[in-house]
Amino acid sequence: MTDTLLEICGLWLEGQSEEKWKPIINGVDLTLKKGEVLGLIGESGAGKSTLGLAAMGFCRDGVRISHGSVEFDGIDLLTASAAVKRGLLGKRIAYVAQSAAASFNPAHRIIDQHVEGPTQHRVMSRTESEADGMALYAKLRLPNPDQIGFRYPHQVSGGQLQRAMTAMAMACRPDLIIFDEPTTALDVTTQIEVLASIRDIVKDFNTAAIYITHDLAVVAQMSDKIKVLLKGDEVETADTRTMLSAPTQEYTKSLWAVRSFERPLKSPVVVGSIPSVSVQNIDAAYGKSKVLFDVSFDMHEGRTVAVVGESGSGKSTVARCITGLLQTTAGQISFGGEVMPANYRKRTKDQLRQVQMIYQMADTALNPRMSIGEIIARPVQFYLGLTGKAKRARVDALLDQIELEPSEYYNRLPSELSGGQKQRIGIARALAAEPKFIICDEVTSALDQLVAEGILRLLAKLQDDLKLSYMFITHDLATVRAIADEVVVMKDGRVVEAGPKKEMFTPPHHPYTDLLLSSVPEMDPDWLTNLLQERGVDNIGDAAVCKM
Amino acid sequence: MSFIFGTIICLAIIAGTAWAFRRLGQYGTGNAPQYRDMSFGVAFGYVLALVVLVWLGLAYVASLSSNTVVANKFFFLGVAINGFILFSIAAWLFRMIGRHVGTESTRKLFRVMPLTASFGVLIILVYAILAIFAGAIAPYGQDEILQGVAANIIPGGDPALGGDPAFPLGTDQIGRDIMSRLIYGAQNTVGIAFATTLLAFFIGGSLGFLAAVVGGWTDQILSRGVDVLMAIPSLIFALLLMTIASVWSSRLGIPLTVFMVLIIAVIDSTRVFRLARAVGQNIVVMDYIEAAKLRGEGMWYLVFREILPNATAPLLAEFGLRFCFVFLTIAALSFLGVGIQPPLADWGTMVRDSAAFINFAQFAPKAALTPLLAAGAIALLTVAVNFVVDWMLHRSSGLKE
Repeated sequence: MTDTLLEICGLWLEGQSEEKWKPIINGVDLTLKKGEVLGLIGESGAGKSTLGLAAMGFCRDGVRISHGSVEFDGIDLLTASAAVKRGLLGKRIAYVAQSAAASFNPAHRIIDQHVEGPTQHRVMSRTESEADGMALYAKLRLPNPDQIGFRYPHQVSGGQLQRAMTAMAMACRPDLIIFDEPTTALDVTTQIEVLASIRDIVKDFNTAAIYITHDLAVVAQMSDKIKVLLKGDEVETADTRTMLSAPTQEYTKSLWAVRSFERPLKSPVVVGSIPSVSVQNIDAAYGKSKVLFDVSFDMHEGRTVAVVGESGSGKSTVARCITGLLQTTAGQISFGGEVMPANYRKRTKDQLRQVQMIYQMADTALNPRMSIGEIIARPVQFYLGLTGKAKRARVDALLDQIELEPSEYYNRLPSELSGGQKQRIGIARALAAEPKFIICDEVTSALDQLVAEGILRLLAKLQDDLKLSYMFITHDLATVRAIADEVVVMKDGRVVEAGPKKEMFTPPHHPYTDLLLSSVPEMDPDWLTNLLQERGVDNIGDAAVCKM
Repeated sequence: MSFIFGTIICLAIIAGTAWAFRRLGQYGTGNAPQYRDMSFGVAFGYVLALVVLVWLGLAYVASLSSNTVVANKFFFLGVAINGFILFSIAAWLFRMIGRHVGTESTRKLFRVMPLTASFGVLIILVYAILAIFAGAIAPYGQDEILQGVAANIIPGGDPALGGDPAFPLGTDQIGRDIMSRLIYGAQNTVGIAFATTLLAFFIGGSLGFLAAVVGGWTDQILSRGVDVLMAIPSLIFALLLMTIASVWSSRLGIPLTVFMVLIIAVIDSTRVFRLARAVGQNIVVMDYIEAAKLRGEGMWYLVFREILPNATAPLLAEFGLRFCFVFLTIAALSFLGVGIQPPLADWGTMVRDSAAFINFAQFAPKAALTPLLAAGAIALLTVAVNFVVDWMLHRSSGLKE
């Protein structure tokens, strides 16, 4: 008996599009030993998730396995009967989905969903399983492990829910867990907590895992082996350390290189120049709860101010105040020295034109029923009054600027574009108004690294060409390092620290800035372990708890 | 008691057969996955479906029997099965023709069309042609009382049963040709129902979206107003208003039908309002609406260019259903005597006028067909509209089989 747990041989998967079957995975092999963690990386559409699900012998609708074999502990999952699979899934193979918030049933308490697996598989009785669940919650360092299970999913935070889901996957002590991007939707500070607790528990129970992600630094912390996928083909597989230090393939090298993009430093702002947008001592509140306290900072022409902080720190609220969607309760906002009305309805068309916004989720930011041409043409017509041929020429010019071929994309619908292309359309729509100032709200956080880098380079180029000023809201410090000229750090609705990028990235820091900076995963596989030791905790994961 | 006992025995036999069927399948195919993983419920379903099919086949044969007692018993079932087969063939032929005639785009449309949708399209087309050209197609006028013709309600025009081949669907109590009245009925009932539904959607849809976009007091006032209207039972409310309107219509010289369209439209628009508001509220939170608001777009642009195109799928589904309900409301009002006024032909009135013949169904099923002709016309259109709407929904939602 070997210690091989999962063996996938020459697996081919096909997906249905427009009534034709097209290959998604082209002959991938994969072996996983007991207790081993395999990192699966690649950009979106590479087939990572599909492969992860296929490792459970499962295909989504419209996907089929054309040939190959998936063998789990000597059982062929592709030919196994439904009864055999029922016995395996949930009990010996478990799955942790990307968005815990969307994967929990909102109508049941967390513990009720936790005990379902063990009781259905008759591993434990309900009371045993509940007690075990609480023990697991404690192990995953959830606050109040004895009570948290009795809450409903909406009553706990995203990071906590993600850990509760990991606990749920652990409930039957499976041999294999498939993690499908479990930390992608989380802040850096929360991400660390989840990463540390996942690594901890996987090691403790000697569970094998497939860890799917597009974040290289994360995978470096988590896995023993890394497999890189590109458009359904395997690029290379190697031991984590070997892979990080000496990637052999061009594609892998390009992935590694992404984080190196950084703009040259600009000369400091001339003292006394009028900022293009100035936020002056603003307070704001949602109903009775106050969310912003005396926030002030300036944004100058041709420069980027990055506003960083974890979720709930008020960075998006500042953006809402600048656009006028949320009225400030104190303080004022001025554009080029001129004070703006607090409510966007009271602003003139020209004042509205000067502030444009690019959204985080390009999917919801573009009207799915309008063609790309219509989406970009609307502000052109609305603000500049162009019609007919002039309008079309302007739209074509804008599409050229965002590096998309006008004749090809003009009549497409947003659903026919990739995530990165959609984000480019968002940029074009903002540019169409010919603004001086653009708010970029987490514009790259939903994108793969390579695509995100393309967007950042485009934004940088546009800034140089058009003398735009950006307010860049993000929680990703790699992005800040790449594009920002000045940085504003926010926490709990207050500006904690502000200044030029160079100062921000060199010590001494405000303690919160320090926490943020040190929480950004690095490519070094020992980074997490070292960090946790540095933070004064000998055991993995405890660092997460020592929050500010 | 014996009935319950019989049912239990039948179910037990079906269950036993299902078990044997699954076992045989596993044995015969060498344990192929489809039999191996078949749950007992599915096997039971297969056997039950088979039993029902066999019974239908037997019943169909019985309906053709020369023994009139047996034939009468299964007469309507026979008609239904005949109709089903005929309509299927017609729909299939229609689709075949569509695939080879017309422009490239319509041919492509027919190529991907399911049979149910082509049936729906065919029926709607036929109804539309009948309604538009009623005057040219109908052999007699809708209010034309034919002198010297005996009342003859048995369709078929068989002289042996007292019929007259000149009137294939018979004549009613006061000597009007039923076929002509059915054709005119399409014009009156369908036309009015369509206009009413459109109006209801215009009122309900635009107010619902307005409530969703503006929110606050506007939303409160509109929604509470709708609540009040919905609190009154709709048919009784319509009856009440129609009674009032009948006084006004003679005083103002406006036809009662106009009032009926307005009243039903307003009452029905409350349902549309609720749907539009709910759908609209889900759309207004999207970032593209925020982007449009920040651009400074007006209310008209927001509602009709940004929201409406994204709400078409649920609204279309509702349109199909609402059209049928409006249709039935008009038929019901006419049945009660306040809807479409005689001598205008209308399917609801026609059902009412000959409703008593339903009692003949037991011993002379053909006589009972008369009220069912008009009722069947209503049912057929309802089914057809829903088939088409289903298909449009399927297309617009982008779901794949």
